[in-house]
Amino acid sequence: MTSPAVWTSGLRKRYRRRQAVDDVSFTVGRGEVVGLLGPNGAGKTTVIKMLLGLVRPDAGEVMLLGRHGTDPRSRTAVGYLPELFRYQPWLTAAEVLRLHTRLAGVSVPAAEQQECLGLVGLADRAGDRVGGFSKGMQQRLGLAVALVARPELVVLDEPTSALDPIGRADVRDLLLSLRERQVAVLLNSHLIGEVERVCDRVVILDHGRVAASGTLAELLGQRELRLRLDGITAAAEALLAKATREGDTFVVPITDLDEVPDLVAELVKLGVRVHAVEPGRITLEERLLDIIRGGEAS
Amino acid sequence: MRVVLTVAGLTLREAARRRVLRSLAVLTVLLLSLSAWGFSRIDAEFGGLTSGESKFAAALVLNLVMFGLSLIAALGTAFLAGPTVAGESESGIALAVLARPVRRAWVLLGKWLGLVAFGAGFVAVAGAAQLVIVKVTTGYWPPAPVTGLALLAAQTVTLLTLGLLLSTVISPMASGVVAVGLFGATWIAGVVGGLGQALGNESVERIGTVSQMLLPTDGLWRGAMRSFQDPSLVTQFSEAFEGHPFLSAAPLTGAYLLWAAVWVLLVLALAGLAFQRRDV
Repeated sequence: MTSPAVWTSGLRKRYRRRQAVDDVSFTVGRGEVVGLLGPNGAGKTTVIKMLLGLVRPDAGEVMLLGRHGTDPRSRTAVGYLPELFRYQPWLTAAEVLRLHTRLAGVSVPAAEQQECLGLVGLADRAGDRVGGFSKGMQQRLGLAVALVARPELVVLDEPTSALDPIGRADVRDLLLSLRERQVAVLLNSHLIGEVERVCDRVVILDHGRVAASGTLAELLGQRELRLRLDGITAAAEALLAKATREGDTFVVPITDLDEVPDLVAELVKLGVRVHAVEPGRITLEERLLDIIRGGEAS
Repeated sequence: MRVVLTVAGLTLREAARRRVLRSLAVLTVLLLSLSAWGFSRIDAEFGGLTSGESKFAAALVLNLVMFGLSLIAALGTAFLAGPTVAGESESGIALAVLARPVRRAWVLLGKWLGLVAFGAGFVAVAGAAQLVIVKVTTGYWPPAPVTGLALLAAQTVTLLTLGLLLSTVISPMASGVVAVGLFGATWIAGVVGGLGQALGNESVERIGTVSQMLLPTDGLWRGAMRSFQDPSLVTQFSEAFEGHPFLSAAPLTGAYLLWAAVWVLLVLALAGLAFQRRDV
């Protein structure tokens, strides 16, 4: 069995009096796309920096692609786009990529490097100095840097923070193509829709701890059914005990859509008049807010 | 080794492409042309001087100008060394680099090598140009030009190593300012120590000795001056050499040179340790 792309256990980091990261453990499998979610200050960036040896953990262990995190070689096939993306302003975009392939110890032909710039929409800016780039272009360059040394794991910290809607769509396509090529991705993003669309699994951090984690199906498994009813009898009310009521609308949590016809038949049998039945799904956003607001940490 | 050389090359390219190099070049050309004019005046105005006296004047002014050059080199490299670690961590440039499969010690060593090549290259080129100017204008040629330039380069290396250590612990600007400040303070302490020696006051003399041990820039500078002076001058004008800031009475000892080398290695190792432990 191959080792996972990322394995961490019991990561802790304290900054003066604030516990930034507290006992964080999770895994990113090979070729898996995992989203790291959580509110500001939840410790996401600190966790990412500890994975990459940029910040020294107070406790805990990291393994990247089968090597211990304290060994620099563990990062040979790792690409990283930092949240604070800045590249040597006195170099050209092409020179930045060449520098990074050299530092990674991988020989990547110039044509492939150029292709990488093309992938992020900077093909015609290869010879321009980075100092003259806008923030969005620097972030695009950062993506190219993360991808240039043929990574098996890509860590992206807020990869779309400076991008316009088209740029965001490009990043989404890029992430999907990475998944197709079996490149593992750890994605920290505030854009929940983005995460929901591309991630296989999600780890939710809050106050430095893992508040929840699992596949999207596991986290969002719970569905709901909105029913507009009148003529509620006591027996019907007992049947809808789990529902929340908003006027004449009842929101009932259900686990399977197959339950819907039975529930409706039962209600009709009890003399309830059914005006509308709308099955719905809890979005990742609702689930995230639920967890963060101290709802039901799983 | 690959990482060390890559980073050294990157540092050199940074020095070449940033404004530091242009400012250095302008300052140097200014200083060299001023000195060319000055030396030609010495020759023209002091026609009545004996050969010994004009040699003395040339050696003195040469040392003065060389001090100016060493100051430019010190300022230039200290302000290059400062941003290189602290500045890159602050701006985020360090993040993508250090997340590569590199040991931080090698990155730091590469930066140091790049800065050493830059500083030493500057001293060699500007210093040699200065010596040629003096030769052409006054006919004076120092007794040990290569040793003198090497000691000047060593002085620059000492200061930039200190700048590198400071930049692993404090902010970029502060590290440049502190390094240059310490450089100036040691030079003044050296002058005070020289006066103490001239006056026969041991405790004042000790100020110079202690400061030259703590930061060897001034000691190396005095050794460099010695190499630019004609040896006959010391016997001929022995009184003038006592406590003079731009003349050196005693040669450097081997032990002092060894100490300077050990000092640089120690400070570099300390910088490596501090950089290793630093969160970026």
